[in-house]
Amino acid sequence: MNEAALEISDLRFAYGAGSPVLDIPRLIVKRGERVLLRGPSGSGKSTLLGIVSGVLAPGGGHVKLLGSDLGAMPAASRDAFRGDHVGLIFQMFNLLPYLTVLENILLPARFSACRRDRCSPNPVSEGRRLMTALGLSGADEATRRVVNLSIGQQQRVAAARALLGRPELVIADEPTSALDSDLRDSFLQLLMAECNAARATLLFVSHDTSLGPRFDRQLAIHDINRVRTDEASA
Amino acid sequence: MKPLASLAVRSIWNRRGTATLTVFALAVSVMLLTGVELLRTGAKESFARTISGTDLIVGARSGPVNLLLYSVFRIGEPISNLSWDSYRLVENHPAVAWTVPIALGDSHRGYRVLGTSDDYFSHYRYGERRPLEFSEGHAFADEQDAVLGAEVAHAFGYSIGTDILLSHGIGEVGFHEHEEHGFHVVGILAPTGTPVDRTVHVSLEALAEIHGSEEMAGLTAFLVGMKSKDSVLVMQRALNEYRQEALTAVIPGVALQQLWQVVGVADRALFLVAALVVLAGLIGMLAMILASMGERRREMAVLRAVGARPVHVFLLLLIEAVLLAATGAVAGILAAHFALAGAASWLASRYGMFLSPQGPGLFDLLVAAAVILAAALAGLLPAWRAYRNALTDGLAVRT
Repeated sequence: MNEAALEISDLRFAYGAGSPVLDIPRLIVKRGERVLLRGPSGSGKSTLLGIVSGVLAPGGGHVKLLGSDLGAMPAASRDAFRGDHVGLIFQMFNLLPYLTVLENILLPARFSACRRDRCSPNPVSEGRRLMTALGLSGADEATRRVVNLSIGQQQRVAAARALLGRPELVIADEPTSALDSDLRDSFLQLLMAECNAARATLLFVSHDTSLGPRFDRQLAIHDINRVRTDEASA
Repeated sequence: MKPLASLAVRSIWNRRGTATLTVFALAVSVMLLTGVELLRTGAKESFARTISGTDLIVGARSGPVNLLLYSVFRIGEPISNLSWDSYRLVENHPAVAWTVPIALGDSHRGYRVLGTSDDYFSHYRYGERRPLEFSEGHAFADEQDAVLGAEVAHAFGYSIGTDILLSHGIGEVGFHEHEEHGFHVVGILAPTGTPVDRTVHVSLEALAEIHGSEEMAGLTAFLVGMKSKDSVLVMQRALNEYRQEALTAVIPGVALQQLWQVVGVADRALFLVAALVVLAGLIGMLAMILASMGERRREMAVLRAVGARPVHVFLLLLIEAVLLAATGAVAGILAAHFALAGAASWLASRYGMFLSPQGPGLFDLLVAAAVILAAALAGLLPAWRAYRNALTDGLAVRT
C-alpha cells in the first residue's frame, strides 16, 4: 500500500484569537516513510505535532491521518484515534515516575484496546521484546523504577512505549536533544530499526541538521509553513 | 475507570509521604467526629439504662439533675442529707409501694460504698426493668456483710468470704480507714453495665456502726415506687412542697431529659467543632493535591500522549481525592471505635459511663459518605484545573 499516512491541505491554525501560527498549503507523508522535520524553536513544529497527533483541533483545512479526517472528529475521538494509531516520544520527561519500566512501556495498552490486541502474543511479552530490541534487557530492568534510569535509557523506554502495539505513525519531538552524540546515534539506530520492523511511519522533529542523511526525506518547516517564524508564537 | 483507579493508586503511592500525612490528618478529624458521636450516644444510652422502674428519687433540696447524678450515677456530692423522719413519712404512706434508702459518703479503694436496705436488691431495676441478680452469694444478713458490684469484685479479685476495710470519704486513698470495721463479702452481683457494678453495698446499720452511732444521722436520698402511676405527680408535688424539710423529688426520666437539655448545647457545639476539624482535614487534602499539580502536568501530558482524554485526567484527580478521603474516613472511624473500646473501662471508672460495645453503624456510614462526598466536591477543583491544563497544554507542557 502506498497511500499517504498523513495528508495535510490548507491547514491553518492560531491559538485562540491570536495571530496565525501555521498556514500549510500541502504536506504528504507516505506510509512507512521516515521524515525529518527541521526548524528552529518557535517555528510552529510543536503546534504541528499537536495537530497531527489530534491533541489540537485544526483551525481550517484538512488533516487526514491514515485516511481519517481529524478535523471532522470530536475531541474524544481524536484522543482515542491517537491512542490507537500514534506513538509519541517527547524531548524529555516521557515517563510516569511511579510506574516501573515495563509498566511505562505498557501504558498505551491501558488506554487502547487496539494497541493491546496488536501485541503478540500479549502486551507483556511484546513489551519485553521491545526492551530487548532497544537494549534495555537487564535481568531486572523491567521492574526497575524509571527514576533510576539515565536519560538515554529513559528515551529508549519512551521509544519502546511509542512502538508498543505497532502504531502506524510514530511522532518524535526532538527526542535526542538531551543526549550526547554517541547516545544519540545509537538511539536513532534502534528507533529506525524498530520503525522499519513495524513498518511505522516516522515523523521526527529536530533542529539538528546533521541527522538528515539517516531519513528518507527532510523537510524544513519554513518550506511548508507560510507563517514566518518571527510571527509564530509557539 | 479501572485503569485510572490503579494509576491513581500508584500515583498516590509514589507520593506516600505527603499522602500518608494527609490521610492521617483526615483520619484524626474523622476519629474526633465519630468519637464525639459515639460518646454522646453511648453516654445517653448508658444513663438511660441505669435506672428504671423507680417512680421518684427524693433527696435534700437541690437541682433535679444534681440529685439524679449523685444518687444514681454516683457523680458529684450531695449538698446535704435528708432526715429519717421524712423518709419514714414516705415509707409509710399508703400510696407508696416500696422505698429504698441510699446513704453515700464512704469508699473502698476508690469505689463508692452505698448503705441501703435489703429492699435495694429486690426493687432496684435497670435497663428494661431488669432486677439485680447475684452471681454468687446473697444479700447482707449481718452488720459485717458486704455485697459487691461485679467490677469491684473483679478489680481486686474478691470472692465470697474475703475481708475488706472501708474508709471514710470517697478518695482513692482514705484519710483514715475504719480499721476496726472490716467487712465480709457475702454476695457478688452479676454485671449490669451501670454504676451498681462499681459499688460496695452494706447495710445502713453497718454504716451507722462505723460512724459510731446507733443510727445514721441522715440519708443521702431514697428511691420510691408508687402503687399506682397516677399518684406519682401528686406525690412529687407533695414532697417538693413539704414544709418540715426542704426536699426535692424528681421523676428519673424527666430529670434525664433535663440533663440532656443541659448537655445538648455543649453536645452540639462539640459536634460542630468536630465537623469543622473534618473540614480542615479536607482542606489539607485539597492543598496537598493542588500543590502536587505543578509537577504532575508532565504526568498528565504523558497520559494524554498514550490516548487519555481530558476527562480521564479529570477523573484521575477526582479518584485520587476520593481514595484519600475514603482511606482517611475508614481509618478514622475504625480508630474511634477501637479507641473507645480500649477506653471503655477507664470511662466507666472515671466517669461512670458504661458504653455498650457496638460495631460501626449507620452514623459511621453517614460520616464516611459525607466525607467522601465532600472530598469529591473538593476534588472538583484540582480535577477541573487539570482538565483545563490538559486542554491548553496539549502535549507540550508549558511550565
